[in-house]
Formats: sequence, C-alpha cells, structure tokens
Amino acid sequence: MALANRYQKILLHTLIIAGVVIMLYPILWMLSSSLKPSELIFTDNSLWPKKVTMDHYIKGWAGISKTTFTTYYLNSITLVAIAIIGNVVSCSLAAYAFARLEFKAKKLMFGLMLMTMMIPLHVLVIPQYIMFNKLDWMNTILPIVVPKFFATEGFFVFLTVQFIRSLPRELDQAATVDGCGPFRIYTKVILPLIVPAIVTTTIFTFIWTWNDFFSQLLYLTGQEKLTVTLALRIFLDAMGESALGSLFAMSFLSIVPVFLMFMFFQRFIVEGIATSGIK
Amino acid sequence: MLHKAQAILYLKGVRMMRRVLTRRRGEGLIPYLFLAPWLIGVLAFSAIPIFTSLYLSFTNYNFIGTPNWIGLRNYLTMFTDDPQYLQSLKVTFMYVFVAVPLELAFALGLALLLNRGIGGLGTYRSLYYIPSLIGGSVAIAILWRQVFGAEGIVNQTLGVFGFDMPSWIGTPGYAVWALILLKVWQFGSPMIIFLAGLKQIPSDFYEASSLDGAGRWKQFAHITLPMLTPILLFNAIMQMISSFQAFTPAYIISEGTGGPVNSTLFYTLYLYQNGFGNFQMGYASSMAWVLFIIIGVFTWLAFKASDRWVHYDN
Repeated sequence: MALANRYQKILLHTLIIAGVVIMLYPILWMLSSSLKPSELIFTDNSLWPKKVTMDHYIKGWAGISKTTFTTYYLNSITLVAIAIIGNVVSCSLAAYAFARLEFKAKKLMFGLMLMTMMIPLHVLVIPQYIMFNKLDWMNTILPIVVPKFFATEGFFVFLTVQFIRSLPRELDQAATVDGCGPFRIYTKVILPLIVPAIVTTTIFTFIWTWNDFFSQLLYLTGQEKLTVTLALRIFLDAMGESALGSLFAMSFLSIVPVFLMFMFFQRFIVEGIATSGIK
Repeated sequence: MLHKAQAILYLKGVRMMRRVLTRRRGEGLIPYLFLAPWLIGVLAFSAIPIFTSLYLSFTNYNFIGTPNWIGLRNYLTMFTDDPQYLQSLKVTFMYVFVAVPLELAFALGLALLLNRGIGGLGTYRSLYYIPSLIGGSVAIAILWRQVFGAEGIVNQTLGVFGFDMPSWIGTPGYAVWALILLKVWQFGSPMIIFLAGLKQIPSDFYEASSLDGAGRWKQFAHITLPMLTPILLFNAIMQMISSFQAFTPAYIISEGTGGPVNSTLFYTLYLYQNGFGNFQMGYASSMAWVLFIIIGVFTWLAFKASDRWVHYDN
C-alpha cells in the first residue's frame, strides 16, 4: 500500500513520532528527574533539567545499610552469567537430540516438552520451594540457576530445534562418512552453525533473568545476596518517596544493561519475537 | 512357581535392556545422553512438582508440619468463604479482559501505520518495542507509582485540561487502571508479530483487488484483517496467558499489599501472600490449580471460537 503523496507521508511520520514521544516520555522523565536537584523534580516540568546534579546517583549507589549497589550489580551479573551458560548448554544438547537423533518415544517426549512450556509457574513453584528448602538451598542462587542446567526453559529448546531443522542434513551425513559420531557432529558441525540461536538464547536469558522478580523475591533474602531488582524494592520500602531522586537514579541505571543488550542485538530480538512469538 | 516367574521376569528384563542398548533404529543410548539433562529436569522440576502440587491442593499444609488431607475443602473455601479470593478473581479478570484487547488494538493499529511503506520502519519498530523490553521490571513499576501519583505527570497533564484527579495509585477504582495502562503501554511486542504477519500477505492480493476497484477500507476488511486472524488469535492467547499471571507490577505498585482496599489484588499476588506470606501452602496450591484450569479453559475457548472467525489459508 504505497502512499499517494508526500503530504500524507509527512503526516504519517508526524503521527508515528508523536506516538513514540508519548510512549517514551515516562522513561525520559525518569532520567531527567534523576539528574535534577530534589526540590525541582515536581516543580521544574521541562525534560531538560535547569540544574544538573549527579548527587542522586552517588547517594543511590551507596545503597541501604552499608551494602552498596556494587554488591547488587555483582550479584545480578553472576546470576545472569550462570543462567546463560546453563540455558545455552542444556538447551542445545536437548535440541540436537530432538532435531537430529532417532530414539524411541521421540514424538511423545517432544510433545511433553511443549506441554511443560504451558504449565504456569505458580503450579510448580510451591513444591519447588519445599524441595529447595529441603536441599538447604535457601538464600542461595541455586534454586534459580540449577534448573537452567536441565533445559527447563522449553522455549529455548524449541527455538533451537527449529533452527537445527533448517540446516541441511547433508552436513551431518558428510561428517558421518568422515567417521564422526553424534558427539563430534554436535561439537564440530552443529554448534558452530547454530550461533544465531545461541545468541538469541543468551539475550533472552539475560533480559528475563535480569528483570525477573518473583523467583529472586522467593529465594534471595540476605542483604548481601540481593540482586539489583530486589535492592530497588527494598530501597522503595525503606526510603519511600523521600529519596525519589536516588530511587529514580538507581531504577534508571537498572534498565541500562537491558537497553544496551537491545541496542547491540536488536536484529536477533526482533527476529526471535517475529518467528516464535515470545514476549 | 515363584522362582520360575522371577526367572522369566529376569530374562525379560535382560532382553529388554539388550534391546535398548543395541537398538537398530537410531543410535542406541546415545540420544538419551544428549537428552539426559532435559529428562532429569522434566522429572525434577516439572513432573514431580506438578503431582505434588495437585496433592497439596487437597491438604492443609503450613510448611512446617505434615500435609493434612482435607479433600476438596480448599476449593470450597475459595468460592464460598473467602471474599478476598473472589476479589482477586474479579480484579484479575478485569485486568485481563480490558488490558489485552486494548493492547492488541494499539498493536494492530500501529502495525498497520508502520506497514505503509514509509521509511524508518526498523527504527520506529525498535522504539515502540522498548516498553515491552522493560515493562515488567521493578524499575518501571517504581516509575509508574510516580507517573500515576498525586502530582505525577499524568495528573499534571490532566490538570492542564482542568481535570483535578486524586493519586491513581492511592485511590481504589483508579489503581487498577494504572496497571491496565502499564500493560497496554507494552503493545510493542504483539505489534512486531503483527508486522511479521502483514509482510506475509502477498502484494498481488492488493493489486488484484485495486484493479477490481476496491478502496483501502474494503481491502482492510476483506484482505488484511482475514489474513491476520491467525496472528490475532495467537497474540490474544499469548497475551492472555501472560497477563493472567502478572505479578511484579501489582506487587511493587501496591508494595505487596494489593491495596488500596484490595483493588490491585492480582490473583498471583494473593496466591503469593497465601503461600509465602502466611505459608498456607495447601490453599495456595489449590489456587494455583484453579488458575491453571482458568487459563486452560480460556485458551480452549479461544481455539474453539476460532473456527468461526479465524481464516486459515490452505
């Protein structure tokens, strides 16, 4: 549907840009407020601060009762890094078996995997909580990261299976002729070719684990174990609106890593959503 | 007699093991080595928990003692003796069935605007996607408390037009709208899926219909919309499933209480309060199962009704 004339085109662009501004205004307002002296946050309405201060960032970073945001960021980064390794390794192994190997009950198991994707977390979380408590894993990251090493996020298995299926089988056959077994085919042929699927898995694991609140709220309780999201919530409860500038400063900082991931890996994210329909 | 039976069973077992180990079709045990992590995961983190949770839902269990079998009592209490539970159902249904249609309407509208062959599609698409990227985070929920606060930017803007509004977050009847708008704000991800769908519609359909003299509105009603219905169904189901389970925004915005006056008491928030606040784990398990059933029923209904309005192109 090409547009009739230039005038219409300009109108359309204006409309779309106006939409973008309205949508992103709250985020810009948060950034701008975090840079304003406290007394100006609700009085100075312009997005461009009359006076810029880094105070909120310095005060905010100092955190609550002696633990600084350095600790919280290190905790979040560790959690995310281990989760990524777990998902990439376990999901690609399972995906290779589903996409390329022959075994009994393959269809049944594949169906089972799709079914596990549909079970709401809340149905599983209570027994899991009881189990992790029995294992004495409370207040550690184990309840969050260990399941990732067992391909529990079926979505990534599914995504990788689809990707492997699109690769020509002749590659595996050639490797078999050269005397490669399934393990060498997996490491030498398949893994190098599924890098885009691995990148997609990495990005989404990063974003989801970074933003995740529910499981971190359940399992991480000690002050020194808190992640960035949990620290923000404690910050809100402890300071309320009295330290709004710092609260905004730390909130804004916490979404920066996600923004950066998005900027650098946009293509993978947009394709990931468009082809598989995830969030 | 017994020995003979045991011997037969033993031999059968050996034969089965041998068959598993040396199966012709396929690669014997090797596939199971690749699958081992997943298999263990399914068993430990899905299969066993799901049956345990079903069992717990028929018990009274406070996390410290042993579960006490009470039959259907949890389920009966929910619907006959727990006004807060009914309130959480009401709030959640309102949230899902207002926010999702609105979100999808925006997603479709913007996708249609962006799909009209204008430049800068990639940039616009990314900018509109940003809210979906971070909308579920604690940071944005914290921001939302201020945006919809007494002096927040929403009320300041409405003030310019002469509306004097109370704090949305602090007023029952308003608070849930702040949450609904937070969901609608994240229309970027269904929009991307609509855009992908729009690209699949062959352009000769439009060319042929313009030759027949169809106007833009007719083209939309007879080509675009019918061709998009499978995607609309998909988006509707995915968004519905995820919003039934929404937790973080309600938790942060009401500081864990579901207030004011339970007006943002989302289902999962009440489940969390029961299961992990009061450690009523039996009751919380039965709540989880009812949620599972509700999601299942609505997904089934959506598929069932789809025969009537979803156009599959064979």
